[in-house]
Amino acid sequence: MTINQIQDRIVEDFNQFDDWMDKYALLIELGNGMEPIDDQYKVPQNIIEGCQSRVWLHADMADGVIHFKGESDAILVKGIVALLLEVFSGRTPDEILQTELYFVDKIGLKEHLSPTRSNGLLAMIKQIKLYALAFKARNS
Amino acid sequence: MLSNEDILRLRTDFPILEEKIYGKPLIYFDNGATTQKPVQVLSKIEYAYKHLNANIHRGVHYLSQKATEAHEEARSTVADFLGAAQREEVIFTRGTTEAINLVAFSYGEAFCTEGDEIVVSVLEHHSNIVPWQMLCERKGLVLRVIPMNERGELDLEAYASLLNGRTRLVSVAHVSNVLGTVNPVGEMIRMAHDKGIKVLIDGAQAVPHIPVDVQQLDADFYVFSAHKIYGPTGIGILYGKQELLNAMPPCQGGGEMIDKVSFEKTTYNVLPFKFEAGTPDYIGSTALAEALRYVSAIGLDAIAGYEQALTEYATEQLMQIDRMRIIGTAREKSAVLSFLVGDIHPYDLGMLLDKMGIAVRTGHHCAQPLIDSLHIPGTVRASFSFYNTRDEVDLFIKALQRIVPMLS
Repeated sequence: MTINQIQDRIVEDFNQFDDWMDKYALLIELGNGMEPIDDQYKVPQNIIEGCQSRVWLHADMADGVIHFKGESDAILVKGIVALLLEVFSGRTPDEILQTELYFVDKIGLKEHLSPTRSNGLLAMIKQIKLYALAFKARNS
Repeated sequence: MLSNEDILRLRTDFPILEEKIYGKPLIYFDNGATTQKPVQVLSKIEYAYKHLNANIHRGVHYLSQKATEAHEEARSTVADFLGAAQREEVIFTRGTTEAINLVAFSYGEAFCTEGDEIVVSVLEHHSNIVPWQMLCERKGLVLRVIPMNERGELDLEAYASLLNGRTRLVSVAHVSNVLGTVNPVGEMIRMAHDKGIKVLIDGAQAVPHIPVDVQQLDADFYVFSAHKIYGPTGIGILYGKQELLNAMPPCQGGGEMIDKVSFEKTTYNVLPFKFEAGTPDYIGSTALAEALRYVSAIGLDAIAGYEQALTEYATEQLMQIDRMRIIGTAREKSAVLSFLVGDIHPYDLGMLLDKMGIAVRTGHHCAQPLIDSLHIPGTVRASFSFYNTRDEVDLFIKALQRIVPMLS
């Protein structure tokens, strides 16, 4: 599946619910179901500090694609991290750099990406793109 | 004591309380961050712009005179509200933060030299920490910190041991914005004065909730913000004893604060103008005075009594929730309730409460050293005003009962 096909599938999954409670329940389920980040990656250089919550992000490149691992101390943020990793992990740097991220907006969770929420998510997305840039530069 | 009917009547003074959030009635429990404004204050702002707007203190014309009178009357209203001996001891600032920064600079310039010490407490807001750290850096001072016990009460024995011959100033909150602790500032001021040490009280979280008399407290400086006491944003108060303010140099230069200006030498104006460079927020001061009149008409004793009862009720109700932890259980507490449920992150609770129309604050509340000392990621904070009701508390509890199982 392409990145956008995954984004479309996420939008479909969430938009089957009218009630925000159900959407959040799904987000929490995703957060809980996420494979916990290995302790060796839960190090200061992988922390993205938000004012409200923090996010850990680790990146590795193998066979031309970047594998991301992530986590957050807040479960709602963790749910969104799970979705972001589903979209971005296992992709080439070019795919990541060319992607326009639209699913968060379309599933009605845009408020979590507002800079005033300061939960580390916005910085995480930026960091994912920076990793893609860095790996691309290193490989070329 | 305010009755339920009184409260329902007072609520109609606050238009924003009619707002719907995501289609649900707003329950506003973020009064520690800022309070809502009654129509009396809103109308005053409009009236002032429509009928009193002219730059003050320098016009010969009628409107300028009227605006000046309103601004200076506002100063008198603030002086009366605080129980200040003289109206010149009331300086208008942009808020609590600016007031503390002003003292940190000007008092620091006048009275502090290398090796001197400033005392703050562990439960201070960043605005009562950082200005002192900047002063310490600028002049080579040392910052000392009063610890607290597990209830969130300051350790007065430790405090006494911090006061010494090098201590130049104590700066503490009257009420903690995170824990709600009402610090025994009267006693703390006496202890400091016994050793000839001056004291600044950060009253931002106190003035909306408890009666304050600066002369009775014998505070050397007392500061607060208008927006936390039903007034407009962008204006606040520095009260300072006259002899201290007179001995301090101004921290900003400009119009209004001068006596005579030449390129060789400028002499400064007298109090309070010495500390009010530039065109002051005379609309804000006028509206602040209206807010203080509004609060005084209800009566701060009545407000304190009602809010106390509401906070106790909310505490009891919260304790019904499984794995509830109240953060801050001081014996003397104001209308602030910080809590955590199990290991649920405050952000998650806050986001879901928001979805139900309930406004609370989450995070470290600009008091990171305090939050770190408690080894928690932050708290959820419900902070009340007299316009909050038991019905709202009940809805809040119901919301938590729905949310907590989702997040557990």
